[in-house]
Amino acid sequence: MISEKRFLRRFQESDFLHDFKRSPVTIVSFAVVVVLFLLAVFAELVAPTNPFDVGSLNLMNGFTPPMQPNAFTGEVFPLGTDDQGRDLLSAIIFGLRVSLFVGLTAVILAMVLGVSLGLLAGYRGGWVDSLIMRAADIQVTFPSILIAMLIFGVARGLLPPSMRDELAISVLIISIGLSEWVPFARTVRGTTLVEKEKEYVQAARLIGLSSGQIMLRHILPNVLSPVLVIATITLALAIIAEATLSFLGVGAPPTEPSLGTLIRIGQDFLFSGEWWILIFPAATLLALALSVNLLGDWLRDILNPRLK
Amino acid sequence: MTDSILSVRNLRVVFPHRHGKLVAIDNISFHIQRGEIIGFVGESGAGKSMTGAAIIGLIDPPGYIERGEIWLDNLRIDQSVRGDASLIRGKRISMIFQDPLTSLNPLRTIGDQLMETILTHLPLSAEAARKKAISSLEEVDIDPSRFGAYPHEFSGGMRQRVVIALALCAEPELIIADEPTTALDVSVQAQVLDLLKRLCRERGASVMLITHDMGVIAETTDRVAVLYAGRLAEIGPTQTLLSNPKHPYTRGLIASTPSVESGDIGTHLFQIRGTMPRLDALPPGCRFHPRCEQIMARCRSEQPEVAENGAACFLYEDD
Amino acid sequence: MLLIILRRLGQSVFVLFLVAFISFIMFRYVGNPVDNLLGQEATVEQRDALIEALGLNDPLHEQYLDFVTRAVQFDFGNSYRGALPVADMILERLPATLELAIVSALFAMILGTLLGIYTAIRRNGLLANFIMSSSLIGVSLPTFLIGVLLIWLFAVELGWLPSFGRGETVQLGFWSTSLLTVSGLKSLVLPAITLGLYQMTLIMRLVRAEMLEVLRQDFIRFARARGLSERVVYFSHALKNTLVPVITVAGLQLGSIVAFAIITETVFQWPGVGLMFINAVFFVDIPVMSAYLLLVGTLFVIINLIVDLLYLAIDPRIRDGQLRRKSR
Repeated sequence: MISEKRFLRRFQESDFLHDFKRSPVTIVSFAVVVVLFLLAVFAELVAPTNPFDVGSLNLMNGFTPPMQPNAFTGEVFPLGTDDQGRDLLSAIIFGLRVSLFVGLTAVILAMVLGVSLGLLAGYRGGWVDSLIMRAADIQVTFPSILIAMLIFGVARGLLPPSMRDELAISVLIISIGLSEWVPFARTVRGTTLVEKEKEYVQAARLIGLSSGQIMLRHILPNVLSPVLVIATITLALAIIAEATLSFLGVGAPPTEPSLGTLIRIGQDFLFSGEWWILIFPAATLLALALSVNLLGDWLRDILNPRLK
Repeated sequence: MTDSILSVRNLRVVFPHRHGKLVAIDNISFHIQRGEIIGFVGESGAGKSMTGAAIIGLIDPPGYIERGEIWLDNLRIDQSVRGDASLIRGKRISMIFQDPLTSLNPLRTIGDQLMETILTHLPLSAEAARKKAISSLEEVDIDPSRFGAYPHEFSGGMRQRVVIALALCAEPELIIADEPTTALDVSVQAQVLDLLKRLCRERGASVMLITHDMGVIAETTDRVAVLYAGRLAEIGPTQTLLSNPKHPYTRGLIASTPSVESGDIGTHLFQIRGTMPRLDALPPGCRFHPRCEQIMARCRSEQPEVAENGAACFLYEDD
Repeated sequence: MLLIILRRLGQSVFVLFLVAFISFIMFRYVGNPVDNLLGQEATVEQRDALIEALGLNDPLHEQYLDFVTRAVQFDFGNSYRGALPVADMILERLPATLELAIVSALFAMILGTLLGIYTAIRRNGLLANFIMSSSLIGVSLPTFLIGVLLIWLFAVELGWLPSFGRGETVQLGFWSTSLLTVSGLKSLVLPAITLGLYQMTLIMRLVRAEMLEVLRQDFIRFARARGLSERVVYFSHALKNTLVPVITVAGLQLGSIVAFAIITETVFQWPGVGLMFINAVFFVDIPVMSAYLLLVGTLFVIINLIVDLLYLAIDPRIRDGQLRRKSR
């Protein structure tokens, strides 16, 4: 039975690290992703101010250009301030946290949902399988962003107006997660169908283990490798989906802005000359999106030929 | 020598790659006489196809001619850029390939492809070109009514005949045939070879017949060159070479060719031990020495050149 | 064969009804239509009267059937914001979206094909490599980011093109077009590029991969051996064989352009149905949302059906998994 331990050892012995070290583009992408990730995790420690503590904001600080002392208060902000006097650097770091948090959580949700449904469909077969796969086929007919918008819209409609902003992040995570489960389910179902026929599963059944236990403890570890590949693809998609939805105004609210929200805010100030309110968040998102994509690309190239 | 249509001198073709370069053809020299059929035989990878490609100017990049000269009559042709080469290609030198199915564009009729070739090289009107195309088809024994047919509507042997028609329609002086019958049924092979032979004799064109099949060599060629690992092992008149091969490799090749007439059914097939070296692992000295039964000391360090007797071997160098 | 087609058609019809059902459920149960239409201060009698009028007490399947029947006649009820008939709103804004979509699609297909051919022919050239590397950006960046950055560069910094809106339009019957005015055309440039960039990159990569595959084939080699010029080889032989699978895939892409129009329209405040939809989501304007979803859903089902049938007709020469070939 292949376990993650063996996979890990193959990883270390393989050309994986060797190829990685030889491609400068990948190293840079990886470095960027790590840096951004750390910034997001340690936001409170790293950011100079807390941009969402309304009390600490000084409207007079508004519209300060980067690295120049404010005309009224004399404070200097490395990336400037927005219309409310918020330090942009801090806003970006916290925004990064929201973006990454939503992206990761959505992927985990999609993964849990997709893998469970895939296992169920593959193992049970019959009408359960048909139902799940039919639902998958139908969902795939439409672009996932549209589905995410639909779910978000419906959820908003069901919530009373007072709670909409508060729960926006959760709803966002659920919308994106629910729109991306299909690739997981399909792959896991395929692998489950294959594994189901193998001897160790028959043996487990003979011993008397329940289906749930078999699926979870025996089949699941074997389907993890392809799931990892899909997870990286989906992460990139989720980050972009979140940014897009937030930009459109149907995602992270201004009270808890993600990079997408910040860009939306920034666009309004382009023509009045405060370019930094747009450009810095945009540059950060650019760096994040490109790096995750490049990394995912490379990861897919490396992982795929080594798996079955 | 006086009547040679093609002259190749010290040809060297290399393929650069990450760690250096691979030498695909190393210092080959030979002549092709007007009207003769010369065979080029050897194992896969020996360099026979590459030689043909070099002559017609179709070496796949990144390969290129590093050294040497190729002369067509009294015109030097190895230096022409790919674009210029079309004055020679198809018109004076022509080439046909192994698989007739993939040699023809599946989406165009054979008549169309014939007309295209004719009009590229001969200053004819569309009407005259069409007539010529039809007569080309007749020459290769294909019913002219099939002018508007598509390649997949023909059998393998007929397709190869169409290919021959295409190669000959501009009246070239030299035809390079790269394994023209390998992809065909045995029964059809003889037909196609006969056709090729006949048409070329009629026009006084020369043929460079590339093959790995000694049987084809015996039946069809006037002279034969044996290639091994990018170098010439032996070259000479076919009958002489077959009856009295000098180079140990040639001997091995002939001995390992099964022949029904000499009663080879049921007997153990002879094989030269070992395999031809890869281009990135060429041995020093004579390339054949690791497999040679008659190896001498100098074979390990020096490379023999083709001598008067046609063989590149130190066995004949003393006395 | 006929059986397969019928089955596929049946599937589509089923999905259509499903889409209509979801649209209906949303329309009926999300938010409260009565509150929305009457406001909070309505009396009980007024509410009851409205409930009767809207048929909200009828059995569910009757309501559903009624919904579908009216939808087929393009009656989608009235918007919660402004009480305009949704159908009118859609009709008014549809030309804007369609013009944008078609221009983007043309841009994507033409430029994508040309670049694809160029990068295939000049495989290892400097420009070709540059194009391939930048295409990676086109694929990994979110559409809205591209749009915003284009605005910043061309509208703000350089001031060459307008940053929002459609410019002046001309009314041709019920269709308002922006293609006939200079300001209209100028306004179309950035949105069309934004919307079409992703598709263009995909088509370029596909054309390149197909062309390289075709150029590897023996008949190309033989064509060269016959002395045909490079130009004839590329355009008379290679190109035709390349375009067949490309056209099929390009058609598939057209569907997603409609979905991504939402994003582009928002970035550029383009007055199309996409912007209408996003505003509806933001303000929870249910009738508009449900109508849009019904229309777009139907569009997608039809596109998928056509593409599937096309695949049946043409051999599956499109090896989808290999679309993103390694080019670095």
